[in-house]
Amino acid sequence: MTIYDHMTTQDHSAVAPALSFSADSEPALALEAHHITKSFAGSRKRSLPVLNDVSLRVKQGEFVSIIGPSGSGKSTLFHIIGGLEKPDHGEIRMNGQLVTGEKGRISYMPQQPALLPWRTIEQNVVLALEVAGVRTKEAREEARLWLPKVGLAGFEQAYPHTLSGGMQQRASFLRALLSRQELMCLDEPFSALDALTRSDMQRWLLDIWESTKRSVLFITHNIEEALLLSDSIYVFSSRPASVLHKIEVPFARPRREDITTDAAFLSLKLELSQWMREEQRKMQNL
Amino acid sequence: MSKNSWWRNIWPPLTAVLLFLLLWQVATSFFHIEKWILPSPLNIGHELLAGAPSLRDHTMATLKLTLIGFGIGTAFGLLVACLLHVIPVLKSALYPLMILSQNIPTIALAPLLMIWFGFGLLPKIIVITLVCFFPVAVAAMDGLLRTDRTMMNYMQMIGASRGQIFWKLELPHALPSIFSGLKIAATYSVMGAVVAEWIGADKGIGYYMVLQKSAFRTDRMFVAILIIVALSLLMVSCIALLEKWLVRWKPQQTGHRKGWSLR
Repeated sequence: MTIYDHMTTQDHSAVAPALSFSADSEPALALEAHHITKSFAGSRKRSLPVLNDVSLRVKQGEFVSIIGPSGSGKSTLFHIIGGLEKPDHGEIRMNGQLVTGEKGRISYMPQQPALLPWRTIEQNVVLALEVAGVRTKEAREEARLWLPKVGLAGFEQAYPHTLSGGMQQRASFLRALLSRQELMCLDEPFSALDALTRSDMQRWLLDIWESTKRSVLFITHNIEEALLLSDSIYVFSSRPASVLHKIEVPFARPRREDITTDAAFLSLKLELSQWMREEQRKMQNL
Repeated sequence: MSKNSWWRNIWPPLTAVLLFLLLWQVATSFFHIEKWILPSPLNIGHELLAGAPSLRDHTMATLKLTLIGFGIGTAFGLLVACLLHVIPVLKSALYPLMILSQNIPTIALAPLLMIWFGFGLLPKIIVITLVCFFPVAVAAMDGLLRTDRTMMNYMQMIGASRGQIFWKLELPHALPSIFSGLKIAATYSVMGAVVAEWIGADKGIGYYMVLQKSAFRTDRMFVAILIIVALSLLMVSCIALLEKWLVRWKPQQTGHRKGWSLR
């Protein structure tokens, strides 16, 4: 049993009392966003609506993706979940607790690796733990245990700029994974990588997620990526974003990458691309 | 860095300086220029060796003054920069005043300080402190303000506190900028010390210059200039060494050197 497994079981036991209060056997949700609406002040006192009545839920240990046209306000939704912005309406709940506008409740992996250049890979990876107040020795031990598992053995003491883009993203992912917060929010983590590295990283993420089963909310605009990785997918409309469709991805786990050539996979992919294309067209007509 | 590439970097400026000195030497003897108008490099060198014992005392006095002033000035500059960065209201209130204070000429301020605080160490240190304070404070504030947006966003998303963001992100991020301010302050501090001594002192290079000027000892004036330049270079190279050690994570710009550090 790894330190990490131990950690999640603790997390589950922590929410157990809340569980017994909720009706029936429905497990507590890692994340519920209820009717989130947000607009920003635009030019000439006109407000610019970004999110329009967005509701979504992530169950414990579920991998949920959001896809939508770029510029549709997906990142704003992440900022609201992370507590950086307050929604105009609506609320965020985690494990049944109201946490709207509270920071430090999620673990986060941004689009760019955002590793601190003056820290070695090991020091970077423990940053989230350090911020949460975990003892340095404990954090280091955990990092040493995990770095080889994400293919970064031998790079513990290297500075980020000496690593390739894919390796930097792995370090960034591990930093999020080690965080004690149950919900991981990944904001288009592979969009800056080349196609080959990207498909490598998808397979890698699939493997590592299936062995850890964290609750994940994943933003992407790559349909295949979403279908390959997710349990369910929310399709967002163009701005102001609202949930157009919610899809349960039917493929069994553990998934192999060859499902991407499966007939069912292809037909789902086609359906999703048509929705997306429609949205993109609407965006252009605006 | 290999010895070879070090040499490749150093020989062009070295040759230029040597050529310049040679030209100077030849010109003074060829045109029969009087020693009290323009001494030759050999004259200056000779004078430097002849006056070495007393010059050493003057130099040490100036160096001591420089180091004390530089230390206090940069510490004060860093402190003010951090304070103004953390409290934006204070910054908008005091920043214009800081700029304004820099327009007061040192040469006018120094005599006033002598009048107020006498001829002791205090007014001299105040002069150097004022001179060092500004470049450090401005460079530090600038560096603190330019924190990388994506890293800042990350820190906020994971719930880092204001203090954690400052110590773990903003301050290390500002280090290269702070060091460019420190290098400017280092040369300024030597200048400040000499000006302060010029106006009122009984030892130091500035005092030595006043004496030699009134005796029309141009050769000794050049000796003083040489020492001041050497002191400035010493200060700047110390800062550069410190920078190299503290900012060792920085990617190398040069193509032929990879910044590997697997320790």
